[in-house]
Amino acid sequence: MSTQPLLDVKGLKKYFKTPKGMLHAVDDVTFTIEKGKTLGVVGESGCGKSTTGRAILRLLEPTAGEVLFEGEDVVKLSKDEMRKKRTDMQIIFQDPFSSLNPRKTISQIIADPLKINNIITDKNQQLERVRELMETVGLADRLINTYPHELDGGRRQRIGIARALALNPKFIVCDEPVSALDVSIQAQILNLMKQLQRKMGLTYMFITHDLSVVNHFSDDIAVMYLGKLIEKAPSEELFAHPTHPYTQALLSAIPIPSLDNRKERILLKGEITSPIEPPAACRFANRCPHATDRCRSAEPQLKEISPGHFVSCFLTD
Amino acid sequence: MSEEVKKENTNAKDLTAEIKDLVVEFRTDYGIVQALNSMELEIERGKTLGLVGETGAGKTTTGLSLLRLIPDPPGVIVKGSIKLDGKDILSMSDKEMQDIRGKAVAMIFQDPMTSLDPVMTVENQIAEVIKLHEEGGMEHALTRAREMLELVGIPGSRGSEYPHQFSGGMKQRVVIAMALACNPELLIADEPTTALDVTIQAQVLEMMKGLREKYNTSMLMITHDLGIVAEICDKVSVIYAGHVIEHGTLVDIFKNTRHPYTEGLFNSLPNLENRTAELKPIKGLMPDPSNLPKGCAFCPRCDYAMEICKTEKPKRVYRNDTHYVECHLYNEDNIQEGKVSIR
Repeated sequence: MSTQPLLDVKGLKKYFKTPKGMLHAVDDVTFTIEKGKTLGVVGESGCGKSTTGRAILRLLEPTAGEVLFEGEDVVKLSKDEMRKKRTDMQIIFQDPFSSLNPRKTISQIIADPLKINNIITDKNQQLERVRELMETVGLADRLINTYPHELDGGRRQRIGIARALALNPKFIVCDEPVSALDVSIQAQILNLMKQLQRKMGLTYMFITHDLSVVNHFSDDIAVMYLGKLIEKAPSEELFAHPTHPYTQALLSAIPIPSLDNRKERILLKGEITSPIEPPAACRFANRCPHATDRCRSAEPQLKEISPGHFVSCFLTD
Repeated sequence: MSEEVKKENTNAKDLTAEIKDLVVEFRTDYGIVQALNSMELEIERGKTLGLVGETGAGKTTTGLSLLRLIPDPPGVIVKGSIKLDGKDILSMSDKEMQDIRGKAVAMIFQDPMTSLDPVMTVENQIAEVIKLHEEGGMEHALTRAREMLELVGIPGSRGSEYPHQFSGGMKQRVVIAMALACNPELLIADEPTTALDVTIQAQVLEMMKGLREKYNTSMLMITHDLGIVAEICDKVSVIYAGHVIEHGTLVDIFKNTRHPYTEGLFNSLPNLENRTAELKPIKGLMPDPSNLPKGCAFCPRCDYAMEICKTEKPKRVYRNDTHYVECHLYNEDNIQEGKVSIR
């Protein structure tokens, strides 16, 4: 068997019905993630990065497309089969304040996945596993009976991670897991997630809007704009040779905490195209400094311009 | 003698705002939270001061205190002085304070989504401030409101729309337009771009820089993002547990970092140049503000902590006229050589 990617997403679409027409939240997105690797997904709010993550886990039903997990299309699975499949595919949510049930203690929250999937039924064994997981993510044993509101953001995010790890998953969608945290705490959580990946061979899809975090954390980076995947490349390649004008603007906009090598900003102008019934054109054309008539009348396709580096822009022709 | 010289210097500075030895407590049923502990702050005219620190460090409380907007109860100003343009605002009447708010001093709040009134048109919200502080009635106020919108890059004709019809970046620009409507001498910006995407953030920062140059506005930039500080500030105060632990110019803070906490803030950030470098987080958590350590507040998290740090508050040591640090690692003799290292 040749090396098959752990996750192979093909032509994924997710449309939402709105009074004004179909909103193309995720439009024909294709990518793969190798086992044990991290794919960073970046883009502005509303670009469809979270929706992509949720559609892969079928927390939102995809409108079209295939999601091959270890070669099996999870979109075709029945509800029951999908529930079983989710023991391999987990998610860590953005907001550690609203993604934990305030009426449950930490031990109940972390034990829930074990109970629901009938993995461990014995109460004492459950508790043992909870303690083990708490230790893995660096939560002190004494916190076992506390409630989420008693803890700070960093600790709550650790609970979210422990819960995601409870079923020994192979793949975790991390939906902005550190954006609600202070930098010092953010670094603690990022280091923890890296350690876990090395130890347990986890594969991550890391969704974020923070480009310096994604660069630090990911092997590959995919850039999304208004539901489209517009550029994907290994992290170093993307930062060294950003090719899509949007990626270039995005990278130039990162505020750098240093007084040396200040760079020129590419400031974007113009309004964002509406994602509702978008025309068949490049969705970035309205804000693109290099847009031509062709960009406004046809849609560019994703092309490989160098090994592993994919771009969807007419400028590369 | 050096004391004397420093005093002279302070008097010579043209300060828009000055906070001295400010102590603010929140007296709650669960205990007294010490939000600001002998807080100090100086904003020079036309300059931008960055106020950097973690959640709960007292950044926003400092901003609110300049407008005397600390919620009371439970907030109590125990001691200290707050001066705007040399005048003590703590002894002012409520009426005098009202004249200052929105006119001499304006604030941009963190979250544009919640700081606009959803049932009022955008131009009416901006006009409200102008009508309050300027002559000429509603007509004049509305005209000025539309001008302000144009200034921040929104077509004046959209003034009759409601906040929900605007995107996040545009809402933040409306909030900025409102804050700038009466040409304030001092603009307090409380994490003005945190809720925005990076490309929009770049636009807003660029705009604020332009306006600062045009109107010579002094600014207090409250942020946790050292990238933004490098971008827009002239001086930086790093605060921890309601107290300034290091203060200096950009060069002082970025190139001659002295305090271990400042070092920790820098080392927690992912390095864009070297993506494989391990992050070095600050260990532990912010101390409970209702139960602060007796000595240096940062001591429990500090890699350099010594015995003395547990029991005694560190004194201020100056590295040069602009740069000081409060840490037991330093004294007059060794302040020139750094003890911390930024990767």
